[in-house]
Amino acid sequence: MTVPIQCRPDEVFVLNLGPQHPATHGVLRVKLTMDGEYIVKAEPVLGYIHRMHEKMAEAGSFAQFMPNTARMDYLHALAYNHGYVLAVERAAGIEVPERAEYIRVITVELNRLSSHLLWWAAFLLDLGGFTPLLYAFDDRERILDLLERITGSRLTYCYFRFGGVYNDIDDEFIAGTRDFIKRLRSRLPRMYHDLVTHNIILIKRLKDIGFITPEQCRRYGATGPVARGSGINYDVRKNEPYSVYPEFDFDVPVYTECDSMARYMVRMDEIEQSLRIIEQALDKLPDGPVKAKKVPKILKPPAGDYYAAVEAARGAFGCRLVCDGGKSAYRLKLRSPTFCNLSLFGEVAEGMLLADALAFMGSLDLVIPEIDR
Amino acid sequence: MDTSIWRPIIYLICFMAFAGLNAAYLGWCERKGAGRIQRRTGPMEVGFHGLLQPLADGLKLMSKQLLVPEGVDHILFRIAPILAMIPALTSMVVIPFSDNIQGRALELSVLLLFALASIGMIAILIGGWASGNKYAVISAARAVSQNLAYEIPMLITVITIVMITGSMNLQDIAMDQQGGFWHWNIFRFDKSIFMPVSFIIFFICSVAETNRAPFDMAEAESELIAGFMTEYSSMGFGLFMMGEYLNIVVGACLTTILFLGGWSCPFGLFPGVWWFLIKIYILIFTFIWIRWTYPRTQVYKLLNLSWKILIPFSLVNLLVTAAFIKVF
Repeated sequence: MTVPIQCRPDEVFVLNLGPQHPATHGVLRVKLTMDGEYIVKAEPVLGYIHRMHEKMAEAGSFAQFMPNTARMDYLHALAYNHGYVLAVERAAGIEVPERAEYIRVITVELNRLSSHLLWWAAFLLDLGGFTPLLYAFDDRERILDLLERITGSRLTYCYFRFGGVYNDIDDEFIAGTRDFIKRLRSRLPRMYHDLVTHNIILIKRLKDIGFITPEQCRRYGATGPVARGSGINYDVRKNEPYSVYPEFDFDVPVYTECDSMARYMVRMDEIEQSLRIIEQALDKLPDGPVKAKKVPKILKPPAGDYYAAVEAARGAFGCRLVCDGGKSAYRLKLRSPTFCNLSLFGEVAEGMLLADALAFMGSLDLVIPEIDR
Repeated sequence: MDTSIWRPIIYLICFMAFAGLNAAYLGWCERKGAGRIQRRTGPMEVGFHGLLQPLADGLKLMSKQLLVPEGVDHILFRIAPILAMIPALTSMVVIPFSDNIQGRALELSVLLLFALASIGMIAILIGGWASGNKYAVISAARAVSQNLAYEIPMLITVITIVMITGSMNLQDIAMDQQGGFWHWNIFRFDKSIFMPVSFIIFFICSVAETNRAPFDMAEAESELIAGFMTEYSSMGFGLFMMGEYLNIVVGACLTTILFLGGWSCPFGLFPGVWWFLIKIYILIFTFIWIRWTYPRTQVYKLLNLSWKILIPFSLVNLLVTAAFIKVF
């Protein structure tokens, strides 16, 4: 709802939203100039957890930077693992065995599910509904258990290796994943859609709120569910296929309503599509090694400029790697989706009510460590 | 009525104990109810099934320092929590629990109850204002507009009931509905065909009046952190919480007396205080159930609901009732 505001300069006040506000999910600070409950100007202030990841890549070896990738978007860590290993593999010319590619896809999609479930939970928490959080965490817990079995960690994974993955998956993992797919499929319509998606309060709070035009998406470089909720059919998995994604049959949900509800629906549909991908990958899973042979301990890719992008839960994650022939990167530029998605916030939130702006912020699905890197 | 001085004193002590126990144990019920809805156990550690948890919470709150931040209005800041608690406690006096259990049978008890309910809103207003915190001030402003919007349909609904009964005494209103459930005001189709709608309007309004989810605009922990309670610590916060639970009890009592026949049995058997308690606890459970199921609404949607739907409907019901009373 956009209401033209006529504010008198003596009646506005500055409200500091964050860096310790419960709705900002981390240390994001937004300086809001308010007129009553209307936002006149919103200014995100970043940099509270800047950790110089890109500089660290220049200091250590390629393998040493691996764990850092998981510390950026800790909710979809495996996609960041994937983006980085793809870039390095392209640089060093390493071939990945097929089984490893399938395992990568399965784990990345499982991780995407857990990320979307957590977003759903946190978003509802922003809207004041506490119960969905525990339902979603119940399901997410099962994904984390599955991933913990094969990767060894629950949140900040460092599972991929240059030329494969660290560990092969076993029958118990496959059976557990199939059980989980069945379980989530049965719970999605009842616990997720009946209780929340079709709830009139939720619909009224999301419909026609937080309108992002496709033009704005292009201008700010928004990707992922934010762009797809604005009718832009762009998914790195389809548009610039990598790994074994072209072998799977899945749809890219696109909604043209441009509002918060569209972004919500995109993510809910993506949960179903991820389930489809995992199912197909499990059916087609080939035998063979999970690690490429003869990958040197110390990588020295030839000098050059390499780029790899993957579709993370929040949008396109890009990795630009410049090598000078040495054992560490000359420059590593990480393009994180949330940074672009958040840049929209200031422009779109103008003229919104505080409560609507927070609902809108939740629909962008922000992960702060990824913005600051 | 007994003229001895002891009767009111004993009554007061009992009502205070009832109010205190409710204020403490509704917190426990809420946490157990939330646990049940969210498929977990709720408090289990302190005592059998966490039954001593309210005691432990109270001890913890009392042992904390009552922090008064710099830049607050000292007097108002300290008065606000007390003002949140006292009206709710006072309301207990005029509520008839059964035909012979009532602290004070005032002729205008309905009027007194609504006057006291409005003071609760003033407590939120001055609490938020005195805190000098921007979130608290926004919350105070929200609380006032919300309460203004919801008291109007609530009062119009009550006028309907008062017209049917011809009395503003809660005792008389309850006595008028004795017998089976078909005598209750909610099913009084001979007075107005819209009585069930009236009941729903009244219930929605009492949820909004007590600032409970999905109408917890003033508290809104994910938007305004805790609104007017942000700066309160120790028992200052505790009193606000207890005041909120007491308001729920008063709201449930009022709904029971006005619409659900007070202490009458649905089938006309053994009327008594137990029926009254069963009814209010069913209503209180509904409050808890709603809170843990729905997300929060938005301020202007809330006001739209009140001004565009609830007030016109309650006015229509008032007119229909007046016509029915005149015609039949």
